[in-house]
Amino acid sequence: MRWNADAKIATLQSRSRLLTKIRQFFTQHNYLEVETPLLGKHTVTDPHIDSFSAQGKAQQPPQYLQTSPEFFMKRLLAHGSGPIYQICKAFRQEEQGKQHNPEFTILEFYQPGFDHHALMQQVDHLMRYAINTPPAEKVSYLELFQSHLRIDPHTASLNELHEKIKQQNIQISTDALDRDACLQLLLSHSIEPNIGKQQPLFIYDYPTSQAALAKIRTGSPAVAERFELYYKGMELANGFHELNDSKQQQHRFELDLKQRAIHQKALPSLDNKFIECLDKLPACSGVAIGVDRLAMLHAKADRIEQVLTFSWDER
Amino acid sequence: MSNYSTNEFKNGLKVMLDGTPCSIIDNEFVKPGKGQAFNRVKLRNLKTGRVLEKTFKSGESIPAADVMDIEMEYLYKDSDSWVFMDPKTYEQINIDETTLGDAIKWLKEQDKYIITLFEGSPITVSAPNFVELKISQTDPGVRGNTVTGASKPATLETGTVINVPLFIDQDEIIRIDTRKEEYISRAKS
Repeated sequence: MRWNADAKIATLQSRSRLLTKIRQFFTQHNYLEVETPLLGKHTVTDPHIDSFSAQGKAQQPPQYLQTSPEFFMKRLLAHGSGPIYQICKAFRQEEQGKQHNPEFTILEFYQPGFDHHALMQQVDHLMRYAINTPPAEKVSYLELFQSHLRIDPHTASLNELHEKIKQQNIQISTDALDRDACLQLLLSHSIEPNIGKQQPLFIYDYPTSQAALAKIRTGSPAVAERFELYYKGMELANGFHELNDSKQQQHRFELDLKQRAIHQKALPSLDNKFIECLDKLPACSGVAIGVDRLAMLHAKADRIEQVLTFSWDER
Repeated sequence: MSNYSTNEFKNGLKVMLDGTPCSIIDNEFVKPGKGQAFNRVKLRNLKTGRVLEKTFKSGESIPAADVMDIEMEYLYKDSDSWVFMDPKTYEQINIDETTLGDAIKWLKEQDKYIITLFEGSPITVSAPNFVELKISQTDPGVRGNTVTGASKPATLETGTVINVPLFIDQDEIIRIDTRKEEYISRAKS
């Protein structure tokens, strides 16, 4: 029976050096390292993320393994923590592949006073410091879709998006794809393979329908102040200029739950402590970074198992 | 038949796609940041051998294919078909030339082959990855000539011609990789 670890010892050493560098960076930039619960009474409502639940004693409500430390960290920010970072495990059901392990390591950090552009700059500095990337480039979601696919992602009709998918020769039945699924499909199949090859690329200002927990900036079109970072075929980071309006957040959660109900997914109860803290949340930006993927780049690995001690299939 | 959800996809799984049995040969989970996840799948059409690509929304289900692999022994050639037998049940089946495909190159009586049945009927025959066959004709061997890469054609007992090193003689039995159609070594007997 195979009982060995997945990662080679040299890769574990590379990973350990990476973690040291990340911590050095945040110490130098006056961030406070924090730890928040991994097992919570509530979990996310995101229609595309499924949590693991853990059952304690019978008859007690289930607890949830956190899919990111976001809600607890925002409660800390509202509590007056100032800039904070955390490196911890996060758990998402059914996400397994070359770049996904259902249990993974996340780096999440928040800086009060920053908008998403200021935070992108700091992420760029972190990347250069930790894994020696060349300076990153930036492109808006609109410019990206216009230059790669000659389509306006904010105004294109569902029909136009379905046509574009066929034109791109993506073999999928488009009937069940809504606007956002179409955009995400085009991004992952037609755009992602062609971006961030030489230097990291930030994509920013997403369609408002993909705002998640980001502020929406009015204008034409209105956009969500959200960004992602792509490099060498991987999505490395997802950040927000954080929404700090409890009413709007509650409304978005309720829309999420409607989506989940349509797809017959579990319907978690809303985390009211989190919603209530948002009115005290200072203006800030925050970002989550996949540490395993940084470790893959740092160790030049092409599969996530190569940087994990014991991957999902080897536990 | 049952259905398979994308999270059950793995290499070798037999599924129905547009009414045709296929085998999954590659399955990649794709999820750009937040949002809809997809499974990007490569499948081999079990009837034609062609490889196709298909993307599914993660969580989608597709029907399983009623496909079964059984090991059968090749008995003899009938007029226009080839007769195989299940060594456990002694049941015999006739297989036509199209279904036999490339396996015909390595077909030797009493050897065992994997026959793929779809809804009970044979759709493909796979030769083992390695076979041992006798050389029925080749130019005389050149003793001591082990120059790397030097080779000559040899006709096997099945009629197939492959390249062998110069030192190999007629009537010798050799080991062949059927996937690359290449000589490996002399058979150890």
